[in-house]
Amino acid sequence: MTTARAAAIVLTKELRMEFRARELLSTTVVFALVIVVLFSFAFDPTAGESRRYGPGLLWIAFLFAGSLMLNPSFAREQANQTLDALRMAPVSPFAILLGKMLANFIFMAVSEAILVPVFAVLYNISIGGIVGRLALVLALGTVGLVVAGTVFSAIAAHARMRELLLPLLLLPILAPLLIAAVEATASLFAEQPALDRAWLAFLAGFDIVFLTASWLLCDFLLEE
Amino acid sequence: MSSLSTPAPSRSGTTSASAIPSASLGISFDGVEKRFGSLLALRGVSLEILPGEFVALLGPNGAGKTTLLRIAALLVTPTKGSIAFRGLSRVLDGPTRRQTEIVYGDPKPSIGMVAHNTLLYDELTAAENLWFFAQLYDLDDISRRVARALESCGLASRAGSIVRTFSRGMRQRLAIARALLHDPRLLLLDEPAAGLDRQGLAWLGETLARLRDSGTTVVMSTHARNESLDLATRAVSLAGGRIESDSGSGGDPRPLLAALRSEA
Repeated sequence: MTTARAAAIVLTKELRMEFRARELLSTTVVFALVIVVLFSFAFDPTAGESRRYGPGLLWIAFLFAGSLMLNPSFAREQANQTLDALRMAPVSPFAILLGKMLANFIFMAVSEAILVPVFAVLYNISIGGIVGRLALVLALGTVGLVVAGTVFSAIAAHARMRELLLPLLLLPILAPLLIAAVEATASLFAEQPALDRAWLAFLAGFDIVFLTASWLLCDFLLEE
Repeated sequence: MSSLSTPAPSRSGTTSASAIPSASLGISFDGVEKRFGSLLALRGVSLEILPGEFVALLGPNGAGKTTLLRIAALLVTPTKGSIAFRGLSRVLDGPTRRQTEIVYGDPKPSIGMVAHNTLLYDELTAAENLWFFAQLYDLDDISRRVARALESCGLASRAGSIVRTFSRGMRQRLAIARALLHDPRLLLLDEPAAGLDRQGLAWLGETLARLRDSGTTVVMSTHARNESLDLATRAVSLAGGRIESDSGSGGDPRPLLAALRSEA
C-alpha cells in the first residue's frame, strides 16, 4: 500500500473520531477566541497598535491552540494501546504520522478560519485585500506548527507528564517559525501591505526541513 | 546485538516461478534479552516455535510472557539476541540457477495479536473499527470480511454501536475478531480469556480449535487455567524471564498444563 493511501485511511479515521467526539476543535477554538477577546478588552487597541502587536498576538493564540490540540493526537492512542495496532499494521510509520499531521492541519485551519475574522473585527484590521496572501502565510506557518507538534506529540506520548512535556519541547523548537510567521504577517498588516518573501521562504524551509526529518526518523518516533 | 532476520529458505522446485507455500509462520528466539531500565524482563530466552504449533506460554505475573509476545509482534526490540521468522521466504526459480530469486516477505501482514488492552478505538463503532484495520491491512472484499467477523464473534446486531458502550467481554470478543480479520499465519494471544463469560470462552475455544486445525501457529500466554489450553500441542513455562520448562515440539504438554491446573 502506498504511503499516501495509508495516510488517507488514518486521516479519515482521525476526522471521524473528532467529528464524533468534538473534543479538540471545540476546546481549541474557544480557547483561542478567549485569548483574542481578552487581549482586545485589556488593551483596547487602535488600528496602529493593532498593526504592531496584532501579528504576535494572533500567532500566540495559534500556538496555544496548537499545543492544546496536538497533545491528544498521540496521547489518545494510548488509551487502549491502539498505537500498537497501528505499528503492527503493514504500513509505513510515516503514513501514520502523515495522516495525523493532515488531520491536525485541518483542525488548525478550521480554528484559524473562525479566529481570523473575529480578530480582524476586534482589532480594526482590514483583511479584505490580503486574504490570499494571509492564507498563504497562515498555511505555511500552520504546516510547520503541525509537523513539529505532531512529531513531538509522538515523542511525548509515552511520557508520564506528557501534557507538560509537549509545550516544553515544542516552544523552543517553534521559536524561529513563530518569528518568521509574525514578521510575514506584520508585513501584510502594514498600511501598505506587502508579502515579505524572505520570511515566506524561511517558513517554507522550516516546513521542508521538519517534514524531511520526520520522514527520516519516523521509525524511531513511533517506537516504544 | 539484536536483530530481526528471515532465514534463508531451502532451494527447491524446478518449474519456472514456482513458490514454496507456507500456510503458517514459525518464529525462533535466539538468546533474547530485554531490559527496561534496571529491570531485566527476559534473560537469554532461546525458543524455536515451528509453523503450525499451538504453544501455551505459562508462568506467573512478571515472568516475561507479555514481553516475549510483544517482541514476537515486532512491537519491542530485544536488548540482546535476535528473532527470526520461518515461512516468510519464497523461492522463485528462473530458467537458470543464476536467475533464481529468493523473495523475503514482510512478517507484519502475517501476524495477529490480542493484547492486554483491546487495541480498539472506543469512539468508533464495532464495524468502523474492523473496517479501519481491514483497510490498513489492504484486505479485499472488506464488507464481507467485516460482516463475517462480526457474525463470528456474535456482535453483528451491535455493528453500529460505539465500542465505548460495550461490556468488557464484548470488547474482548471484538478485539479477538480484529486480530483474526486478516487471517494471520502467526497468532499471538496475551491472556485472551480475560473478561470473557462462559459463552465467550466457548466461542474462543471453538475459534482456536479451528485455527489450530487450519495450521495457524498460535502462541497463547496465560497465568490461569482455561479450557483453550487443552488445545495446546506444546507448553512452555517462563519464570523470572527465563524458560523454566518446555514440553518441546512433539512432546506432551499435559504434565505442564496439569501443574498449572494444580496451582490454580
